[in-house]
This record gives sequence, C-alpha cells and structure tokens, in this order.
Amino acid sequence: MIPVAIVDYGIGNVSSIRNMFQRLGVLAEISSDPKTLASAERLILPGVGAFDTGVNNIRQRDLGGVIRAHALERKRPLLGICLGMQLLFESSEEGQEPGLGLLQGSVKRFPAEPGLRVPHMGWNEIALAGPATLFRARKDDAFGELSRPLSYYFVHSYYVAPTDPTDTAATATHGVTFTAAVERGNIFGAQFHPEKSHKYGMLCLKNFSETVPC
Amino acid sequence: MNVAGRIIACLDVKRGRVVKGVQFKELRDLGDPVELARRYDAEGIDELVFLDITATDENRSTQEAWVSAVARTLSIPFTVGGGVRGVADIRRLLRAGADKVAINTQAVLTPEMIDEAAAEFGSQCVVIAMDVAKDAALGHRVFIRAGKERTELSLDAWTAEVVRRGAGEILLTSIDRDGTGDGFDLDALRTAAKSSVPVVASGGAGTEAHFADALRAGASGVLAATLFHEAILSPARLKAHLLAEGIRVRPVFESSP
Repeated sequence: MIPVAIVDYGIGNVSSIRNMFQRLGVLAEISSDPKTLASAERLILPGVGAFDTGVNNIRQRDLGGVIRAHALERKRPLLGICLGMQLLFESSEEGQEPGLGLLQGSVKRFPAEPGLRVPHMGWNEIALAGPATLFRARKDDAFGELSRPLSYYFVHSYYVAPTDPTDTAATATHGVTFTAAVERGNIFGAQFHPEKSHKYGMLCLKNFSETVPC
Repeated sequence: MNVAGRIIACLDVKRGRVVKGVQFKELRDLGDPVELARRYDAEGIDELVFLDITATDENRSTQEAWVSAVARTLSIPFTVGGGVRGVADIRRLLRAGADKVAINTQAVLTPEMIDEAAAEFGSQCVVIAMDVAKDAALGHRVFIRAGKERTELSLDAWTAEVVRRGAGEILLTSIDRDGTGDGFDLDALRTAAKSSVPVVASGGAGTEAHFADALRAGASGVLAATLFHEAILSPARLKAHLLAEGIRVRPVFESSP
C-alpha cells in the first residue's frame, strides 16, 4: 500500500508536498488515478486557487467518490491543505458549487476592514485546541528544539467555519480569530501550507504520516 | 496577534546563476541558486524572490530547471519574476514549483493579464512588481523596462488598479533608494500600503532600523539583497533587533531542517 498519495486534480503546487515527504523519508505518490488513490493508506488533498475551480476539477476527474470512500467508508486518514481543506466543507462564500461535505460548515471571506490586509499572507502563530494530533511534540532530533507557539505560512482570503466547534484543532488571528486547522476522527485539514512552513510544517507532515485508520 | 513581518532575500539570476550587478554592468557571479536558497532557508529568511534578469524564449528550459531545483530544496515560499509576458509564462513557473510569480512591465502594457492570472491561479500567487521614482512635480511615478522607461501612471492610480484587477501582493521597489543603503522610501510605501493587499518594500535597506521603519509604515514584508548576500546583516541579528523593537517576526532556528 502507498503510505501517502497526493491527489492531483490539476490545481496547485503538488510537487512541493511530495518534496517535503521525501525529506522526511516518507514515500508519497502524486496521482490522479482513482485506483492508485484507493490503494493509499493516507490521502492528501492539496490546492490553491478558487473554490469552484477546485470542485469542478475534482468532478471532471471523477475523484469525489474515491476521496469519500477513503475517508468515510475505510476511515483512512485524509489531510486537506489550504483550498483542499476548504473543499472538505459544505459550501463557500467564494463560489456557488457544493463542497465535498465531509465536514459540516462553510467557508467565509475575511471581513473588509481598514488596515486588514487580504490575502492573509505570511507567517502566523497558531493556538492549539483539542487533541491536535498533527501538532503533537516529537522527540526526534529534527523537531526537538521547536519553540512554541508554532508558526506557519498562510496565504488565503477565505477561512473555514466548522459547524461543530470541536472540529477545530488550531486557531490563528488575522483581524478575526479563525480555524487554522481541523481534526475530526481520521479527517484533518490545514489552512496554512505545511510544505512551506519549514520545521513546523515538517512536524505536521511527519505526524500525519504516522496516523492510522480510526 | 497578527501576521509576522516577513524578511525576504532577493536574488538576481542570469542564465541559471545568481549574479550581482554593479550599476547594471559588470555582473559578478555569486553562485548556484540552489546553494544560496539552501543557505537562506537555513539562516532563517522567511521567503525568497528570484528575479531572472535574462528571461527570454531561448532561456526557458534553463529557467525551469533552476526553478524546480530551488523548489525541491526550499522549505519556505519563493517568488519568481523577470520577463513574464503572459498567463502561459505564469503557468510554466508555477508548474516548475514557484509559489508566486511577479509581473512588472507586462502588467503595465496589458493590465488585463492580471485579471486572467487571478482568475486562473488565484490572487495569492499574483505579485505585481512596481518600480517607482519620485518626480518633484508629479509625485511617485511607475517605471517599466527595468527602470528605463517612465510611464504616465502614478503609484496611487496603479496600486488601485492592480488590486481591483486581482493582484495578491505588491512588490514595491524604489529606484531612488535602490543600492543606496539610505533606507526604504517610506512615502512610496505609505501610498501603496493604503491598498488592502500586502506590500513588500524593496530598495534602500542599509541598517536594522530601516527594516523596522518600513514594517511600522505598513510593509508586510521587507526585502534586501546585498545586505544578506554579503553577510553584512544576518537574518538572525535582524530578527533579534525587530523582536526587541516589539515587531513580530518568525523565530530563527539553530539548524536547517
């Protein structure tokens, strides 16, 4: 079984995620083939860009079913990154198309406020909530010195608002305090880019590579 | 708590090598983009900007090769600019692994490409690079073709237009201050920072205090080249200074990942 498969649906910079896994010594395969994706222990849904483009690209490639079966029937770990996390929800203020609906809630735009720059772009600190499995401290040499609070690279204009507040695994603040990461059983999401967040990001990907079906 | 100020290093690339120009002549070879990227990543730089000063049709495969090699090396984001003429160039650079693409001259010549790029790739990867110089009578004016040609555009008007068309970031370079070490052009910065998108200040960094001034004046990021290349100022020392001044930055690690 492939330890990690990265869903290639024609959106975003998928190779940088594989590069990070490579440096962590984890085999990660980029694929748009439903059969390959169905055989993966863990799936990553990456993505940057517009919500409706993401929904349509998944639909055109007929990948919605394999993602749902992976997360809901086989209960295998799934991680959505940036737009990939937003697509796990039901809807978005950015578009008209329905999301995958694996998590309940919607995606909202940052408010237009004087002095609040949108996109929210750059390194920001997060505060953890709940089990926060992807952020748990490790004893490995590479991560031993990580100072807290943890800092991640964000670039987005929209953020997720889960219906169930216990789905939130981390929050960050940019004008408003928003959900920066989610976790519900085997379903994970990060609004920031772990693949661009230096050691802090490698910590998340390493922890994700050790998650198991639940 | 808001987003941390970004410390950005800029590298000029010519035919796949990092170079430094002395008044646009006598280009000196500073090394391999991948090696320098690795060094900055380890030193605690938050983001990199590569400006390909020889981006031409003939040079495309060289460019894709170094961009993808840099992408494999870095654990921080990077922008690539120089000679971007259309959506096809942006797609090519993003596919090679760039996180953002900077457009300068061509955005002025065909501004509708900003709309196209934002619609296709999202605003978050569309950076508009603006070179400006101050005219005593007219205020800040936008220049194109590597600062050689003055346009009729004011900084004010051009900023408003690119944001309306979907730019996700402005990379603002002061031609007056570039290479002087006299500090960033804070007037120009304040003008551009009236917009809603992040603005990166470039041109004129000489001391730690200059970076603090620009971040206080509304810059989301501060960019320098020579100071970091020549190790006149280390990212660690700069960040320690900014933290002591009460400005939030990402902490620096002791070792690279």
